[in-house]
Amino acid sequence: MTLETIRKNGIVQAALGLLTGIAFGFLLQKAGVTDYDVIIGQLLLTDFTVVKVMLAAVLVGMIGVFALKSAGIARLHCRSGSIGSTVVGGLIFGAGFALLGYCPGTAAGAVGTGALDALAGVVGIAIGAGIFARLYPVLNSTIMHRGAFPADTVPELLGVRPVYVATCVAVMILTLFWLFQVWGI
Amino acid sequence: MIEWFTMASWSPYLAGAGIGVLIWTVFVLSDHPLGCSTGFLKTAGMVEAGLSGGKAKEMSYYRKFVPGIDWYWLLIIGIVIGAFLSSYLSGIFAVVAVPSFFAAVVGPDAVFRFAVALVGGILVGLGARWAGGCTSGHGISGTLQLSFASWVAAACFFISGILVAGLLFGFRFL
Repeated sequence: MTLETIRKNGIVQAALGLLTGIAFGFLLQKAGVTDYDVIIGQLLLTDFTVVKVMLAAVLVGMIGVFALKSAGIARLHCRSGSIGSTVVGGLIFGAGFALLGYCPGTAAGAVGTGALDALAGVVGIAIGAGIFARLYPVLNSTIMHRGAFPADTVPELLGVRPVYVATCVAVMILTLFWLFQVWGI
Repeated sequence: MIEWFTMASWSPYLAGAGIGVLIWTVFVLSDHPLGCSTGFLKTAGMVEAGLSGGKAKEMSYYRKFVPGIDWYWLLIIGIVIGAFLSSYLSGIFAVVAVPSFFAAVVGPDAVFRFAVALVGGILVGLGARWAGGCTSGHGISGTLQLSFASWVAAACFFISGILVAGLLFGFRFL
């Protein structure tokens, strides 16, 4: 099977979605981020587990994805954004994040660990996504395209090659990890 | 080797790196980022379609994100299974209604906690679709591609989350 047939085959993709989810859920639980107390601790800035997990994933993921792109076996999928969609939606998400104490992925993981409040949360997330689908025609023609971002990627925005930006991001993440060690957090 | 699977937790750096490697496989084998909110949207779409006799599929947003059992939907089912396996194997699976921090600070009333979680969940689902992704789609998959919108979204998630959590529970880091 070539890569193209794997990507186009619905059954194979369904199986891959399930397997990816099992691995992701396993890793989220082992990382500790399916725990409400850990996530709220991050938002209260008393526990930095969530940031450590996310930045480690970004560091490793970034290096691999750009290497795979150079090798011609992966493509980037960056979408455009705007103040009206990215910022407004992001701020609404953050408020919900603090109330729920989970995000969509970790809420599903928390359900797997037996957290009943996360079950209420996942029902809410589906309802919220459904509300957005209903509001989409109105939002799309009014607010969502307001203040469109000038570029899709940070390298385009800065006018420098992606490899330089990726190197800077990697150095910043590693510096932050070193500071976490120094500060004992 | 087996004790790795039964450990209660791993270093967050190691588990995070594992998520990074997992994302490589998604880019290669499925040619799209790893995002979680789409699966919830598919659930909403399938429920709406079921209730409306299929009419909901005509809605413009469901034409963009066609409801059905696919990669995104099964990802969420997989996460539940994976987290269950991990917690069960390490002997920490437990049915809990109110998380300990919430019980200590707000109170042990399960109904109240469920109501807060439901409202929070609605805002999370609405905000994630509005912003075009969640903590995984924007926060990890998008930022690692150096997507500008994803960096802005991740900043907004945490600025708003830190502010609202501080207003709810007090700014404890001060």
